[in-house]
Amino acid sequence: MRKLLVLLAVLSLGVLGLAQQSRLDVVKQRGKLICGVNGGAPGFGFIDEKTGDYVGFDVDFCRAVAAAIFDDPTKVDFVPLNAKVRFNAIQTGKVDVVFRNTTVTTSRDSQLGVDFLPVNFYDGQGVMVKKSLGVKSVYDLKGATVCTNAGTTTEKNWTDVDRAHNLGTKLLTFDDFSKSMAGLESGRCDAVTTDKSGLVGWKAKSKDPESLVILPETLSKEPLAGFTFQNDSKWRDALTWIVYATMQAEEFGITQANLAEMMKSSNPGIRRFLGVESKLGEGLGLTNDFAARVIKHVGNYGEIYARHLGPDSPFFIPREGSLNALYTDGGLIYSPPFR
Amino acid sequence: MTKAVPFWKDERKLAILFQAILLAAVVVVLLFLGYMASTNMAARNLKFSFGFLSEPADFQIYEGYTVAKEQGRWILRLYHPSDQVWQAMVTGFLNTLRVSFLGIVLTTVLGVLVGIGRLSSNWLVNRLSFAFVELIRNTPLLVQMVFWYLAVFLLLPPLRTAPRFHGLIVSNKGVLIPWPVPDASWATFAPYFYGGLGLWILFIVIRPFWKPPRWLYWLAPTALWGLGLILVGSLPLEWSVPQVQGFRVEGGMQLSPEFSSVLLALVLYTASYIAEIVRGAIQSLPKGQWEAPASLGLSYAQTLRLIILPQAMRIVIPPLGNQYLNLTKNSSLAIAIAFPEIMSVYETTVNQAGHSIEGILIVMAAYLSLSLFISALINWYNVKVALVGVAR
Repeated sequence: MRKLLVLLAVLSLGVLGLAQQSRLDVVKQRGKLICGVNGGAPGFGFIDEKTGDYVGFDVDFCRAVAAAIFDDPTKVDFVPLNAKVRFNAIQTGKVDVVFRNTTVTTSRDSQLGVDFLPVNFYDGQGVMVKKSLGVKSVYDLKGATVCTNAGTTTEKNWTDVDRAHNLGTKLLTFDDFSKSMAGLESGRCDAVTTDKSGLVGWKAKSKDPESLVILPETLSKEPLAGFTFQNDSKWRDALTWIVYATMQAEEFGITQANLAEMMKSSNPGIRRFLGVESKLGEGLGLTNDFAARVIKHVGNYGEIYARHLGPDSPFFIPREGSLNALYTDGGLIYSPPFR
Repeated sequence: MTKAVPFWKDERKLAILFQAILLAAVVVVLLFLGYMASTNMAARNLKFSFGFLSEPADFQIYEGYTVAKEQGRWILRLYHPSDQVWQAMVTGFLNTLRVSFLGIVLTTVLGVLVGIGRLSSNWLVNRLSFAFVELIRNTPLLVQMVFWYLAVFLLLPPLRTAPRFHGLIVSNKGVLIPWPVPDASWATFAPYFYGGLGLWILFIVIRPFWKPPRWLYWLAPTALWGLGLILVGSLPLEWSVPQVQGFRVEGGMQLSPEFSSVLLALVLYTASYIAEIVRGAIQSLPKGQWEAPASLGLSYAQTLRLIILPQAMRIVIPPLGNQYLNLTKNSSLAIAIAFPEIMSVYETTVNQAGHSIEGILIVMAAYLSLSLFISALINWYNVKVALVGVAR
């Protein structure tokens, strides 16, 4: 009995201890980051068929965090999460942070026990159909069967659109978007709906991309962001500023190629940002050169974007003139000042 | 005077002591789990509350009915996204019930047939049954479900080019069957219909006290129905034939590919186990049970129907109940192919409104009550058919 009590005491201490320690320290002690990603979102988080590694826009933000903490972008264990379990993965502490094309919403922020990081991609919900259907607008889809992922904001958005315009559609929700695509290709689904960035990727990966068309309407605001534990400010601050660092680097024009040069820059803003003459990183529990590490290994925001979603990638999503351009170019990508 | 036995040597007291320790341990573990859950929820600012159930659901469910109060009466009607979360959960539960009930009926028939087939002296029937059992039993149910869905039902022709025979349409939007539905005169006929049904149920209920003669048993309800029919002058039913209108199909009985795949996968999978149970039960009967009727000149079919199956069924019933429970619980796999049963509705709800612990408690309670209900039925039937003096 006494042994049992001691065991229980130790267990509860362990649980309480874990609750008090910031995840940043846990990650440092562990020596690697555990990052939740999408295993099947072309362009954002998927497995490269040739190398077998996770690649994509969101994946690079995981790598940026590892680069900032360990100066080594490979010190990441990726955990593929589907739409339904992504919040549970944080709630239970299975992963340290999730970068998985997740829309920030009020109820998610308040009800699910997670805190969101800065938005790193501005998206909107779109609809894709077969060209042969002859549909020109979302509002032509009266009575259609529409397929999407279970447990996503798209489900609710579509319900709103359906009710607002009295479309009388039926919504089929799958646990995995590849099944929605199978449904679209077979004709089970007349249309599929998800974030437009996702549609571009799925279209590129489909058997016959030319036979599919993305309808012009954007049905919703989908600001996508990473998220982590609620009430762990230390960890969230570090993550927040790592994300901002990629944006600030682009604004300063610091790239992987010119980083060494920029380290010698006389511009005090850049010197502060790169940690040449400041202690900004230490305040966050990181090293002072964390921004430089991120750029060295992963690059700035523009480089990450171009690598996965640029014109040379198979999943081209135009950036110019979109919300994802730097604010200096009319977009919404904006970092608060590093000082 | 004998010395009192110290309690640590008294077996009866020790037994009680051990039980008390075990009980205490269980309570401590439960308290510990509850404590952990509540502290962790508090740390994440989550509140334990069932209030979310009465919020509007705001998401669509592909198919299914729910209960609603309309004009002061509780009725069953199609689910609508403006319904509340609890009504969405009811829709999921009713879908689970529908697939489980139909599945149990169909799998029993198929399982018994295949089980008999396994013992058939006809080489082809025997081998086919064997192949069926081994193939189905040895592959995972989830894989089969996805197979039926993606490789069979979705490969049916699309609605536009689907073949039609007399109103029947087989397409990858569903199997659409003309179906009789009550027409305008149903309201006149309904009292006679339910009256007849009520009478019949009454006869069954009062059977322990008064057994109505066989003719009355059948005649009374049929006479009421007949009277109603004469009054109405025609069948109070009309054919509802599926009509394709643009993307949509109206009317008829519509079996969605999702429902069909789930049902088919569950029926086949469970039938392969039931077949083995039936075979085992038949083989467990002494050889004499076959030889005696043969010597009396009974045919194979007669032997099976009159001698073998009635005895085998007694052995079959308890393990059969297990399979029914398995089928019911396995229906939760349907989430993989978009059939909106309770687990699937739960996951959508949790993503929209949070409260996963409360939600999963409701789902567990739903499955538990369904399982207990099935067990109770099976146990009741088991007692009823057991040899007198054995089970009672």
